[in-house]
Amino acid sequence: MERIVTTERVVTGETSVGSEVGAEKMTLEEVRDILGAEVLAGAHLLSLEVSMGCGADLMSDVLAYGKPGSLLLTGLTNQQVVRTAEMADIVAICFVRGKRPDEETVEMAKRQELPLLWTRLPMFESCGRLYRRGLIGVSESTD
Amino acid sequence: MPFTRVQELVYEMKVSQVMSRSVITVRPQMPMSELREIFRDKRISGTPVVDGDRLVGIISLEDFIKWLYDREGDSLIENKMTRNVETLYDDEPLVHAVSKFETSGFGRFAVVERRSGKLVGVITKGDIVEGLLKKLEIDYHEEEIHRYRASHIFEDIVADRTTLAFEYDVVGRDFERAGESSSRLKRTLKRLGLDPGVVRRVAIATYEAEMNLIVFTEGGRISVRLEPGRITVHVTDSGPGIPDVEKALQPGYSTAPQWVRELGFGAGMGLVNMQKCADEMEIISAPGKGTQIKIAILTGRKR
Repeated sequence: MERIVTTERVVTGETSVGSEVGAEKMTLEEVRDILGAEVLAGAHLLSLEVSMGCGADLMSDVLAYGKPGSLLLTGLTNQQVVRTAEMADIVAICFVRGKRPDEETVEMAKRQELPLLWTRLPMFESCGRLYRRGLIGVSESTD
Repeated sequence: MPFTRVQELVYEMKVSQVMSRSVITVRPQMPMSELREIFRDKRISGTPVVDGDRLVGIISLEDFIKWLYDREGDSLIENKMTRNVETLYDDEPLVHAVSKFETSGFGRFAVVERRSGKLVGVITKGDIVEGLLKKLEIDYHEEEIHRYRASHIFEDIVADRTTLAFEYDVVGRDFERAGESSSRLKRTLKRLGLDPGVVRRVAIATYEAEMNLIVFTEGGRISVRLEPGRITVHVTDSGPGIPDVEKALQPGYSTAPQWVRELGFGAGMGLVNMQKCADEMEIISAPGKGTQIKIAILTGRKR
C-alpha cells in the first residue's frame, strides 16, 4: 500500500522515501501537540516514543491485534484500558472524544508509569491527524 | 494471598542477598590434618579452596572423614578436594540456587562474582531459609502483608524440583481487581528476564482467562508452571461450562452480557486471543461442570 506523504515532509525536503522505508517514531510530546491533548499522567515521560498507533474501543481487539510500542487511542475510559495497555506493552494511551477516565484509573496509570493523554477530538480525527503526520498503523509495522 | 510470598521472593531476591560473605577459605597446599581444627572451631562442614583469588575446589567434612577413614598419611588438600566445583553467581535469583540444591544434592555452593570469577561468598540451604525469613519479616512491617506460616517456608521452596509454580485465585464478579493476577504474573516473569515477547503472550492469555473467570464464573484458579522450555497456564473453574466449545472458539461469537461489552470485553475474542498467544491449547468443558483450559507457551523458540 502506498503511504501518504505529509505536506510538511515535502516542504522540509524529506522525501516519501523516508516514510516508506520505515516507521517514523513520534514522541508523546508531538502527539500531545498534534492532538491538542492534555496530559493526565506521566507528564515526565513525554519524551517516550511510539512507533505506531492503534485506535480501538474494544480491549480484546487491542490484545489481539495491538503491537508493542503502540499508542492506544480509545474512547473507553475504565481501568481495564490501563490493564490492557499493561498486558499488551502499549507505550501510552490517548483518550478521545473528550472522555476522561476517573481518578482511580489515572492513579493506576501513574503507578505503572503509563502516560495518559486526553483530547477533545473524535477518534477518526485523532487517528487521521497522527497518521497524516507520519505515525503508521499496526498493519504497516514490520515489528 | 494469590500465591505464596515465598515463591515470589525466590525470584526477587538475589544469591548475594542471603549468602554468607565472611567465607572461611583454605589453600590447596594446606595439609588435610589442619582441617580438623578449622571444621571444629568454625563449626562448618565444608570450605572453598582458594588459590590466590581463584576458586580451585571445595573440601567438605565428608572428604575429610573419608581421608581419616582411609588412614593414609597426611596429604595436601588439593589431592582430596572436589575440583569440578559447581558455583553460583552472586547476581543470580535465589530460585536458581534452590533448584541447584535440589538437583545436585550438595549442601553448599561457592558464590563467585560474574565478571571477575572471584569468590565472594558461600550459600547453604540454611542461608536461603534465613534470608527469606528476614525478608518476610521486613515485608510484614513495610506492607503489612498477609500472615504467612513460617513453618511452610522450607516446604515451599523444596516442593518443586525443576518447575516453579504460581497460583492465583480469581474472585468472580470482582471487576475492581480484574487483571490483578495477570499483572502480578507479568511483573514476575519480567523480573525473571524471560523474553519480552513470551512474557507478553503469557500475560495476554492469562488476562483474557482472568476476565472470563470474572465475567462468567463465581471464580476460579489460574496456575502457572515454569519449566525449562515452556510455560503452562492452567485455568480451572466450577462455573457454568461452555455448551459448545467449537462455537466459542469462533471469532466474534459471544454470550457475554451488554455490561461486559461496555468494559471493552465480551466481544467473542477471549478464547480466540488465548489461542493466538498459545503454542498449545486444550479446553475441557461441559455445561454445569466447569471449564478447564490448558495453555502452553514454548519459551525456547521465536515465533
